[in-house]
Amino acid sequence: MNAAAAATDDIAIAFSGITKRFPGVVANDGISLAFRRGEVHALLGENGAGKSTLIGIMSGMLAPDEGRIEVDGRATRLSSPADALRLGIGTVFQHMMLVPGLTVLENLMLGAPWWRLRSRSRALARFRELAGLLSVDPDPDAPVGRLSPGEQQQVEIMRALWHGGRVLILDEPTSMLTPKGVAELGAVVRRLRDHGVAVVFVTHKLREAHALADRISVLRRGRVVGALGPEQLRAMGEAEVLDAVVAMMFGRTERADALGEVLAGGVGAGPALRPVDRTRPPRLVLSGVSTVGARGECALAGVSLKVWPGEVLGIAGVDGNGQKHLAEVLAGQRPVSAGSIMLDGREIAALGVPARRALGVRYVTDERLDEGIAGEHPVAVNLVLKEIGRPPLWRAGIARWGAINAHARDLICAHDVRTPSERTPIAWLSGGNIQKVLLARELSPDATLVVLGKPTHGLDLQTTRLARERIRNGAGARDAALVVISNELEELLETCHRIAVLDRGTIRGIVDNRPDAERAVGRLMTGIAHAA
Amino acid sequence: MFTETFVAALLLGAVTAGIPLLLAGLGEQISEKAGVLNIGLEGMMLAGAYAGFAVAYHADSFALGFLAGGAAGLAAAMLMVLCCVIGGMNQIVVGIAITLGAEGLTALEHHFAFSRSYPRLPKAETLPVPGLSELPVVGRAFFDHPPLVYLAVLLTFVMVWIYRRTHIGLNLQAAGDRPAALDAAGVGVRTTRALAVLSTGFLAGVGGAYLSAVGGGLFLPFMTGGDGFIAIVLAMLARGRPTWVLLGAFLFGISLSLTTALQVAGVNVPTDVIQMLPFAMVIVVLVLFGRNSRLPPALGLPYRRGVR
Repeated sequence: MNAAAAATDDIAIAFSGITKRFPGVVANDGISLAFRRGEVHALLGENGAGKSTLIGIMSGMLAPDEGRIEVDGRATRLSSPADALRLGIGTVFQHMMLVPGLTVLENLMLGAPWWRLRSRSRALARFRELAGLLSVDPDPDAPVGRLSPGEQQQVEIMRALWHGGRVLILDEPTSMLTPKGVAELGAVVRRLRDHGVAVVFVTHKLREAHALADRISVLRRGRVVGALGPEQLRAMGEAEVLDAVVAMMFGRTERADALGEVLAGGVGAGPALRPVDRTRPPRLVLSGVSTVGARGECALAGVSLKVWPGEVLGIAGVDGNGQKHLAEVLAGQRPVSAGSIMLDGREIAALGVPARRALGVRYVTDERLDEGIAGEHPVAVNLVLKEIGRPPLWRAGIARWGAINAHARDLICAHDVRTPSERTPIAWLSGGNIQKVLLARELSPDATLVVLGKPTHGLDLQTTRLARERIRNGAGARDAALVVISNELEELLETCHRIAVLDRGTIRGIVDNRPDAERAVGRLMTGIAHAA
Repeated sequence: MFTETFVAALLLGAVTAGIPLLLAGLGEQISEKAGVLNIGLEGMMLAGAYAGFAVAYHADSFALGFLAGGAAGLAAAMLMVLCCVIGGMNQIVVGIAITLGAEGLTALEHHFAFSRSYPRLPKAETLPVPGLSELPVVGRAFFDHPPLVYLAVLLTFVMVWIYRRTHIGLNLQAAGDRPAALDAAGVGVRTTRALAVLSTGFLAGVGGAYLSAVGGGLFLPFMTGGDGFIAIVLAMLARGRPTWVLLGAFLFGISLSLTTALQVAGVNVPTDVIQMLPFAMVIVVLVLFGRNSRLPPALGLPYRRGVR
């Protein structure tokens, strides 16, 4: 199928000179790209490179300030999502775009002309057709909110293809998936490509891009800085491709640094973990901690664990097995129904958030947008969100804006947050930069217990590397106990001394991070073995 | 006390008092499903009550009165659409403004048009259902009403059908649950919400017109007296089910009707206590069932494309 790809009449959608400006940022700066039928085209780039903006323009969510879009050789304006859908351009966004309360079939029927009656039989026929094409099998009558992230994504792909499916855009499609889900997605994408769909695959994971893509384009700071065609990709080995792509993504100066890590397998099998002195008393002791869950929520059932000073404990497991409850119980945001939480020999189960914060408990939530930030407020305020009213930045209850902004500038600089200024509303920043702000706020030398939920989710290579390094170094505090909750096993293997598997609200086992840890954790996760 | 006549009068009064609640409640439900909290409902009812009465009085036609009431409610709803759905302003602030504005405007208009007189309309003609209206007690209470009453009850089941069977129903729910998903599916969130709010205004206006033209037979300033807010509570507790609005409207209708019935029956309780009944009932219902209200996640939030 690649042989024909060079022909120009195979171009499904072409951009020329697309520019999009936001206040303070040029997100897309004269981008020209062509996406061909029967080809998987990967768009690579760091956070803030302009990938999401480009996707927004392609899907009709954003209007470009300048430039020309051609669909099947004809100049087109994509001024609304309806326009894009009519032309067969379907998008699977990074954040779920399904209505959780509606069933799979109802979600797929959304967008039909309102004067028509819902036709279950017609929708079901199309559903079966697409399910066959994708080789997936979700229950058409299940409410979408009850499906696993992988199944939800399958439904999103079906929705994107529902009205024809000429171009399929996938924005960071693997970030919510388990390794098995990623493999299944890969198979689906290949099948669609073979059916002549132009697939646009946006990611910052190099290996995934290499495994799936027929063509790679690299964005940096709003521009296309390089591309690899199918011939080049076929001629080069994986190492060569990654080398070339990293060179484009980071520019020459940072290249060697980043490349070393990419080739070392994963983002940073960096320096060894710090030793932990287990003769000291443990810093954090949980015994028999249980919580009460709302309907459909997984609560904790008798969780017991210990974390020593300077130790990083990983919590592995698939989302929705009590991770959220565990994090909130530690942070003081959720009451326990039974059990005790001891920090440095002191019972803290009854303490609220401010009291725990005063004891050095820090929490980086995985719900960045909902819980982590106040979107309309400036970056500077978000950096001190949990200190409001307290000296030294507030004096007698009155904010010292000079000091708050100076404090913000220091942190922005130290954590390389890309923002026009410390006064920019934080919601204008990209997801990765928002996470940097959260980490900058929570990681400090006086921490005793730091709880991190998916700390590097959605971050680019460089930032992930720095964040993991900070975690390995004890989050800036020498003797803090760290609890890292993540569904990326690779992340835990890189940062943790021990890894606990949380499954259906209980700890299935805790394994030391030795070379065979990956297999041991895998066995615990699948329920094959129970570790002592 | 509970003679056959008393019960019949109570039920008849309950239907008469419940119909404005039913219409306004069904209307509010449409808006809430689509994610717009319409606090201006009281004002829309009042606008409808005045316009409905005035037109029914001058044109000597109840049907025209109801239409005029609907139009007045629609006009008030248009303000809500402009400010909240298109302008993204705070729905609660605008809603309160609409209510206060309608209270003032209708009282003023009434003063200009009728000075201090309160003319009465003739009793609305009823359409007895053949056979059923002959039944003892329930016959007169349920099956001997103006046609609008039957239409309002029918509307309840039409709404059930719309929510369950049509694409409009899907669009409304998506607009309230996850507007971004509706937008991504190529349906305008603003259009959907605007139409929902306009429908609400129309229904609330018709409800208000019924209240003044049929219920009271006259217009008094501020005559809705909290009916709009009761209807909001009804819609919230109904969890998106039109039949629950019907049931709730009837229950509140009984408690409203009880206030008159008890006074007529000469029960020896201060009138203030009796008049308090419907609102005491709102409180009781909220305490008992308030937790069960499951509101759409995007209720009250303006939607802007591409804003995180």
